[in-house]
Amino acid sequence: MTTLPTSLPPHEGPLTEDGLVQLLTPAGERVAHSDPYADALDADRLRAMYRDMVLARRFDIEATSLQRQGELALWAQALGQEAAQVGSGHAVRDQDQVFPSYREHGVGMVRGVDPVDILRLFRGVDHGGWDSEAVSFHLYTLVVGAHPLHAVGYGMGLQRDGLVGTGDAARDAAVITYFGDGSTSQGDVNEALVFAAVNQAPVVLFCQNNQWAISEPTTRQALVPIADRAPGFGIPSVRVDGNDVIATYAVTAAALDRARNGGGPTFIEAFTYRMGAHTTSDDPTRYRTHEQEEHWRRRDPIDRLKAYLEAAGELPEVFQAELAGEADALGERVRTQVRAMPKPPADSMFEHVYATPHAVVDGEREAFARYEASFLDTEEAHR
Amino acid sequence: MTTTTERRTAAAPSGVQKLTFAKAITLGLRRAMADDPKVLLMGEDIGKLGGVFRVTDGLYDEFGAQRVVDTPLAESGIVGTAIGLALRGYRPVCEIQFDGFIFPAFDQITTQLAKLHYRSRGRLTVPVVIRVPYGGGIGAVEHHSESPEVLFAHTPGLRVVSPSSPAEAYTMIQAAIASPDPVLFFEPKVRYWEKGDVDLGPADDERVPGSVPAPDDAVLNRARIVRPGTDVTVVTYGGSVATVLKAADAAAAEGTSLEVIDLRAISPLDTATVAESVRRTGRCVVVHEAPVLYGSGAEVAARITEECFYHLQAPVLRVGGFHTPYPVAKLEHEYLPSLDRVLDAVDRTLAF
Repeated sequence: MTTLPTSLPPHEGPLTEDGLVQLLTPAGERVAHSDPYADALDADRLRAMYRDMVLARRFDIEATSLQRQGELALWAQALGQEAAQVGSGHAVRDQDQVFPSYREHGVGMVRGVDPVDILRLFRGVDHGGWDSEAVSFHLYTLVVGAHPLHAVGYGMGLQRDGLVGTGDAARDAAVITYFGDGSTSQGDVNEALVFAAVNQAPVVLFCQNNQWAISEPTTRQALVPIADRAPGFGIPSVRVDGNDVIATYAVTAAALDRARNGGGPTFIEAFTYRMGAHTTSDDPTRYRTHEQEEHWRRRDPIDRLKAYLEAAGELPEVFQAELAGEADALGERVRTQVRAMPKPPADSMFEHVYATPHAVVDGEREAFARYEASFLDTEEAHR
Repeated sequence: MTTTTERRTAAAPSGVQKLTFAKAITLGLRRAMADDPKVLLMGEDIGKLGGVFRVTDGLYDEFGAQRVVDTPLAESGIVGTAIGLALRGYRPVCEIQFDGFIFPAFDQITTQLAKLHYRSRGRLTVPVVIRVPYGGGIGAVEHHSESPEVLFAHTPGLRVVSPSSPAEAYTMIQAAIASPDPVLFFEPKVRYWEKGDVDLGPADDERVPGSVPAPDDAVLNRARIVRPGTDVTVVTYGGSVATVLKAADAAAAEGTSLEVIDLRAISPLDTATVAESVRRTGRCVVVHEAPVLYGSGAEVAARITEECFYHLQAPVLRVGGFHTPYPVAKLEHEYLPSLDRVLDAVDRTLAF
């Protein structure tokens, strides 16, 4: 007689909406559930989140246009993920550190990254683009799933610095790292979970399950909800409606507090939808249906908060008009500044390969300079 | 606490000592940890066990579990979390247990560690050292005898070094830790048990705080002439240096004078020191354990041909591993560059 179970426990697959924390329905009605973090959000704070979501989307649309006009080599849209990003981003404190993937434009804007700087990478004039230490928002990582390990290591550093669980809310710090459903299949993400667990690192592992890894649905990554993996590592997890900015804020704030207080890591799966393409090089019509896109368009995260605020009388026309003007100004600034970004000087490619002199790089730089100068001499001679 | 301090001081030798290669690295690590509280060690079995080669022996007792970290068995995780610690201001020294086990960390090393300084336009530094016991000659099983150093030297952003003696190992490990650049530190495991004199400097309690000189990073950048000679320049590094020195003794007995150069680093490659020598001797042989195809010997040969073309009396020859997987232990002495194979190459270059 075997004692092995013959099948998995019953489950609905990785795309189930069962068990999602939701505080705002798709129609914009507040769910009658008291949450200390959500309850503490006043109308000003909610309007600030609304503003950040609107500006993040406007920036996204401008970037797509710039790519279509040939001004950017590529653009990775985050359309539809504004609530997941802005909600979680609002839970991050100044002393915390963020390790994003390459689609966290909304989080970056909340942290104070100039969105124009985000486009340096996509225009091909910089591999980074901003001062990551000044805004505590690390550079984008394009290798899928490589950076959660950096976040865990950074958290191990915070522990050694005595900045975790001291009880001083102004000093205690945590780390949050963002990645997608596809990257949870990477070994590095699983190793990050192992290292986070055994070290009880002050890290929030924030997975935006946008249901698509380029053309592959989440069902190609997992048989069970992504969040269900974490408890196997000894890490508590929660699934949240990622199109609900209030719920996303609330669970992230709670998880970051736990991390800062020395309670260890938390895994958050924000269930959302990538309304746009993976990048501007992608064609979603080849692998998903119009009906599915329409279904999720009706669950737009910005519309949801807008409906809630309007019903509460907290979205006056003057605010909306000012915001529209701000979005237009942002669009204008992005267009102008991106077009003005110059090609870097050719010899800048030799800079910062090493922090200290390296004979090979130095020799190649000198040889390159002589080669370039040889053309100048020729041009001079022909004058 | 007083007891602990006394034990530490008593445990730390000073002055010139005859030490094994492994112990020299241990004491180099210890010196760096004592001088800089941000230095920490990470790896598998490096704590209470002291590492499978005992290179971290005693350091767990002295510095504790927060600074001598037994990690999960995941090389990518070791290097990935080390990068995060470095971004937080630490100077992690990772131990990869054996050469053949570095590949799970290859992505973190080449796509992340090597590039963060560049990507951030110099704003970020990631001073991570990765120690790798490497090379053959100990009769080991598969994946325990390899020489993958060129795979890392081919990646811009990494420094790749290998010490050849206990004294060099003691100095170079400290320079590697002090470097703001990531350093792959390849330790020739076949030499771990060989002894040599090492100047450990003053004892802990005789050192004046703040007056500790920074390690000279020339040991990470400059080749050194280990044995001057006039007929043939033999270029090598790491565990092969001792083999080549024995070959030089044998050649001298037959009237041939070999100049032996220890590269120390294969990134950067100190072509200037080698070229200066070859201009005098006119002949050059490069020796290493790694396969010769696309190896560091090929790089030395190309650069020396370019820089010393009119001084060369013969083509630059290479002695190294074959383009086979590292063979079974019973055949490794036929595979490895031996004294006889070095002398054979010397004879061939002199025959031109």
